[in-house]
Amino acid sequence: MFRKLALTALTAFALAGTPALAAGEGGHVENIRFSFDGPFGTYDQNQLQRGLQIFTEVCSACHGLRYVPLRTLSDEDGPGIPPDQVRAYIEQNFIEVWDEELRDYRPATPNDNFPENTAAGAPDLSMMAKARLGFHGPWGTGLNSLVNGIGGPEYIAALLSGYNGHDEEMAGTFLYGNDVFPGGLISMAPPLFDGMVEFNDGHPNDVHHMAEDVAAFLMWAAEPEMMARKRMGFTAVILLILLSTLLYLTNKRLWAPVKRAAKDS
Amino acid sequence: MSGIPHDHYEPKSNGAKWLHRRLPVVGLLYDTLMIPTPKNLNWMWIWGIVLAFCLVMQIVTGIILVMHYTPHVDLAFASVEHIMRNVNGGWAIRYIHMNGASLFFIAVYLHIFRGLYYGSYKAPREVTWIIGMLIYLMMMGTAFMGYVLPWGQMSFWGATVITGLFGAIPFIGDAIQTWLLGGPAVDNATLNRFLSLHYLLPFVIAGLVIVHIWAFHHTGNNNPTGVEVRRSSRKEADADTLPFWPYFVIKDVFALAVVLVAFFAVVGFMPNLLGHPDNYIEANALATPAHIVPEWYFLPFYAILRAFDGEVWVVIAASWLTGGIVDAKFFGVIAMFGAIAVMAIVPWLDTSSVRSGRYRPMFKWWFALLVVDFMVLMWVGARPAEGIYPYIALIGSAYWFAYFLVILPLLGIFEKPLPQPATIEEDFKEHYGKSGSNGDNAATPAE
Repeated sequence: MFRKLALTALTAFALAGTPALAAGEGGHVENIRFSFDGPFGTYDQNQLQRGLQIFTEVCSACHGLRYVPLRTLSDEDGPGIPPDQVRAYIEQNFIEVWDEELRDYRPATPNDNFPENTAAGAPDLSMMAKARLGFHGPWGTGLNSLVNGIGGPEYIAALLSGYNGHDEEMAGTFLYGNDVFPGGLISMAPPLFDGMVEFNDGHPNDVHHMAEDVAAFLMWAAEPEMMARKRMGFTAVILLILLSTLLYLTNKRLWAPVKRAAKDS
Repeated sequence: MSGIPHDHYEPKSNGAKWLHRRLPVVGLLYDTLMIPTPKNLNWMWIWGIVLAFCLVMQIVTGIILVMHYTPHVDLAFASVEHIMRNVNGGWAIRYIHMNGASLFFIAVYLHIFRGLYYGSYKAPREVTWIIGMLIYLMMMGTAFMGYVLPWGQMSFWGATVITGLFGAIPFIGDAIQTWLLGGPAVDNATLNRFLSLHYLLPFVIAGLVIVHIWAFHHTGNNNPTGVEVRRSSRKEADADTLPFWPYFVIKDVFALAVVLVAFFAVVGFMPNLLGHPDNYIEANALATPAHIVPEWYFLPFYAILRAFDGEVWVVIAASWLTGGIVDAKFFGVIAMFGAIAVMAIVPWLDTSSVRSGRYRPMFKWWFALLVVDFMVLMWVGARPAEGIYPYIALIGSAYWFAYFLVILPLLGIFEKPLPQPATIEEDFKEHYGKSGSNGDNAATPAE
């Protein structure tokens, strides 16, 4: 039945010509030591701001971030861009959103989300960093995710720097060879080139560095609450350990006479 | 309750007497909390409290989530992101609810396997067991429908595959599937009814939990020895038991706090570990995920469902005998539900006169193998159905059925059980007396 179902769906999908959206198992993805790894990890504001710049100058040509509110660019736990600069960012980049009431596009306000962008049929990037699995092993159990995280940003960085030049033309569509993308061929042209984006702070701007920066930015876009979540995790874990200790001692004291009686008799 | 002699509530003040004559609710609470409980319960008896806590936690977080959620195919996915990004603390509530489902199932599996090992299902506790199995089935239904609500890719395709199981029933399957979905395919009508039922079923579960507790309060708890509490005199009963409050309430709450340390570590530091990344992609009827995988807690039964394809001889035989009515896909569905059904009727399959696995030397090994089998099925359920995996799944499924249908009935006949302690008091003294344990542990940890 599943084969039949999958076949029907596959046929439908092939006919519609939609790109593969699945979190499939592509090539090998190396772990990257991001600043936000592990329970103590935090976002690096400079890196997020560089990532935003790359997204704005490169990715946003085809991709949207439709679930990310523009105001969250000011989050202290995120890029931390002051509100007036966020407004300036919106103006400079002519960010517009569709207004149902005006039946027209209007300039965005910080309370709007980033616009969606489906012009080139490219997927939205809001949750891309948690919609892809970088690590699967060992033996398909995915247990290495316990150590490395699920590997979404690593997957993005590996994909952006994974172009190998084995391009092919299939049924009139030009596809680019990529080591990481499932199937090895991706319809996105290599988006990053060395020196493409100039950073104010003079940070290295080769493909690998830019890929990591934009992957970190997309991780923030997918998980803007991450730092608050880790703080909550710590508070909860510490308080519960304290509570467990007190309850352990209470329990021990409570049962002591019962156990002593059993021992003495 | 429970036929174990113990003291009962006596109203003292005039107000208490007035209420007690009209509604003996304080007496009911008193008897429930003060139930005489075997004093030798070990740490595997804590999962009931964890489960009760999970149910309350899921209901409370769920009621908050539904205030901000929109059950519409065009808006559901965005409304979940709205909860994650715009609702104050929404991400915390959602991640707790999402991982709470996993904690719920970890606890229920440990609770079930504890019952299987210590023979908690045996007379006179069959009804407790059956109600427990009903609760487990309802939990699976609730979890499945809840997983559909975020309207991600795995929500949509999981719903398509699982409701497709009902379509496998001969003759009436298609009609049933259409009726369940509210249309020819998973769509808005499906999403709406799944939210409605996802909200309803937890309250049905809560009702069944009360009956579950009532049933075992009537028979008394089982315990690691499987030896019944002595009921002939108050003195003997007191030697075997302690009141639930405060002895077991404090012990269980301590265990719950330890479990919650692990739970909040997962929620805080790796909340998406047990989820599927495809569910962060909005449902798309035109793009099938590479592998449609259910949530981890369904995997063992999903493996059994997939194990019986058209090349397995029992399937071929069943198909031939029924003139093709039972085809491979219907056989798989029967096997999956059958795997749970054999567990539900285990009180009548286990022929041994000894209740606890502790005194059953052969049973111990077969049981350990069943636990391993369960883990293997869980792993293989997540692997693609190709290469060696279908064979592993088939062997695993065969053992699951063999354990309940062949091994348990035969063990009761061939196994020579070890001597059991005469009383719970004796077991308790044995543990804390001669072994010289100073009481660091209330009993042996999970055996």
